[in-house]
Amino acid sequence: MLDKEKLQNSKDDKDNWYKSYKDSHKRDVDFTTISNIDVPPLSTPYDLQNLDFKKEIGYPGTYPYTRGVHNTMYRGKLWTMRQFAGFGSPEDTNKRFKFLLSQGQTGLSVAFDMPALMGYDADDPRAKSEVGKEGVSVSSLADMETLFDDINFNKISTSMTINCSASAILAMYIVAAEKKGVTSDNLKGTLQNDMLKEFIAQREWISDPKSSVRVIVDMIEYCNKHLPRFNPVSISGYHIREAGSTAVQELAFTLADGICYVEECVKRGMNVDDFAPRLSFFFNLHNDFFEEIAKLRAARRMWAKIMKERFNAKNPKSLMLRTHCQTAGASLTAQQPVNNVVRVAIQAMAGVLGGTQSLHTNSMDETLSLPTEESVMVALRTQQIIAEETGVTNSIDPLGGSYLIEELTSKIEQMAYEYIEKIDQQGGMISSIEKGYPHSEIAGAAYLYERQVNAGQKTVVGVNKYKLDDEIPIPTHQFDEGVEDSQIKKLKILKESRDMEKIKYLLMDIRDAAVEERNLMPPIIAAVREYVTLGEICNVFRDTFGMYKDPAHF
Amino acid sequence: MINSKTKSLKILIGKAGLDGHDRGAKIVARALEESGIEVIYTGVHLTPEMIVETTIEEKIDAIGISILSGAHIHIFDEIFKLLKKNGLEDIPVFGGGVVPQDDIDKLKSLGVKTIFLPGTPLDEIVDWINENIEPRAT
Repeated sequence: MLDKEKLQNSKDDKDNWYKSYKDSHKRDVDFTTISNIDVPPLSTPYDLQNLDFKKEIGYPGTYPYTRGVHNTMYRGKLWTMRQFAGFGSPEDTNKRFKFLLSQGQTGLSVAFDMPALMGYDADDPRAKSEVGKEGVSVSSLADMETLFDDINFNKISTSMTINCSASAILAMYIVAAEKKGVTSDNLKGTLQNDMLKEFIAQREWISDPKSSVRVIVDMIEYCNKHLPRFNPVSISGYHIREAGSTAVQELAFTLADGICYVEECVKRGMNVDDFAPRLSFFFNLHNDFFEEIAKLRAARRMWAKIMKERFNAKNPKSLMLRTHCQTAGASLTAQQPVNNVVRVAIQAMAGVLGGTQSLHTNSMDETLSLPTEESVMVALRTQQIIAEETGVTNSIDPLGGSYLIEELTSKIEQMAYEYIEKIDQQGGMISSIEKGYPHSEIAGAAYLYERQVNAGQKTVVGVNKYKLDDEIPIPTHQFDEGVEDSQIKKLKILKESRDMEKIKYLLMDIRDAAVEERNLMPPIIAAVREYVTLGEICNVFRDTFGMYKDPAHF
Repeated sequence: MINSKTKSLKILIGKAGLDGHDRGAKIVARALEESGIEVIYTGVHLTPEMIVETTIEEKIDAIGISILSGAHIHIFDEIFKLLKKNGLEDIPVFGGGVVPQDDIDKLKSLGVKTIFLPGTPLDEIVDWINENIEPRAT
């Protein structure tokens, strides 16, 4: 903080500079972030006069965690390098996992195919032509066992991107580990399991928001008791940003989703300090470097304040926003795809300077197809170069105290609070979703950005500027079209080998739990142990909770 | 941009298959509507049956389908089969999304008029529709 006289001097100095700046030539472009926030030409101590260092910035590992959640940050432990992977059959993906682990990757991250993500078995008519395409095909415990063949459940942590069918997948993971002698209290990992952002952005669902959140609370409650080292939810802004939101919308809607989950768990009778330490987050890393760093710093500060002030959390771990980050898929271009390596490196650097706990770097060819092994390796090497060659990990929160970064952090925080207030006034996130509010805000931002790109107001290199007449093609991943048939065949044999009376009984028990509002996890675990499939379990949800229909706002 | 006020068009925009990535479809729907074209936006997770039913009910002039899941060949093939079954094979169908070049050729041979790839300017899509789609006699 500056004393009065110093402050006056600092204002005079800035005014003097501004006089000369104002009359000088400037390039004819908008000086705004990619999200259209006005960026000051120069930040100075004068602009931070109201910022209380101790209260708002502080020290790493202490409230409000603006500078990071750990006291040592990357001096203690680097972030987890976790490449999202999954394609074809469980055998194919198991091979890719082993390759990634052999290349120095430190955690696994499973990408499931569209049928699994939407709760359909490989043999469902709705799964036709989508089996193993966007991720790995998993319909039953047998597939899960193959996926983790020869991988030590005790040693690795596994992140699973799965939402409306997450309860079935979690059950399969628990039982697959149990069959190898690893009990659930030793399992480490994260389920995405964030349905609110599905309604807002990614749009993969089975039932309406209320019943979806109920299933999530069941899982949080179950993990709290039986999987103490597992993060049952990863509250995700990533997909909100990919759907075209601004950085502020990404931050605000994610935290508002988090508030909703905490409220629902408290309503269930859980103590906030029992479950909140295991809530994790997932943010996007887009092109605008300083905006992204400021966003991550603001996210930590805001969550700490929300947990402390709104929910009266006492455990410091409840106040810490621990996050995974992924570089922005939507920022990659199909045109001149090698340029994507550069975009990813810069975005990843923002994640590291923003203090992420875990990182996925996209591969350059992901706008064209699933990535090849070669391009995945470049993406992983990008993280290793940042971690071990650039020196950015030596000092904690190296940009903390930068006049610009601190000004942007405060500005983004304030703008995000305005959104959260609006959502509170609408009765919270579930009713805000029912009103169509967050998705319509995002659609508006996405449309504005597209128009700005079309008009040349925002540059996308290789797309609206510096174009090539003849694109240079790069090799892409080739699908094995036989996967669908072989997955269906395997599943048919499995289904026929089961005792159908027993299967019916197990499914009935899931249905009863759904209706009686009993925790769904015990009956689902009992069912997958007998090879009840993901689709069969999700059919119970479809029957008892009903199927949600896209309100189709645009 | 050609002024579309001179002819009144009704276009179906929707997403087929299981993937929910609707950013592109919504942006295109909004751009068409702003240019004066009537848009029936159906949302995500449509089956070919739902698409053809809506086409009949709403008296649609052309169908635009966005797919990013890799299931494009199967889905467009089913749409054409159902259109033919209902005597509607003259309804133009176009698409958008991540589609490899080899598959674009296959889709065109199935009857898809054009595929708009990521990065296509919105006005180019609006102009293409105005140049290539005519109102169907009712």
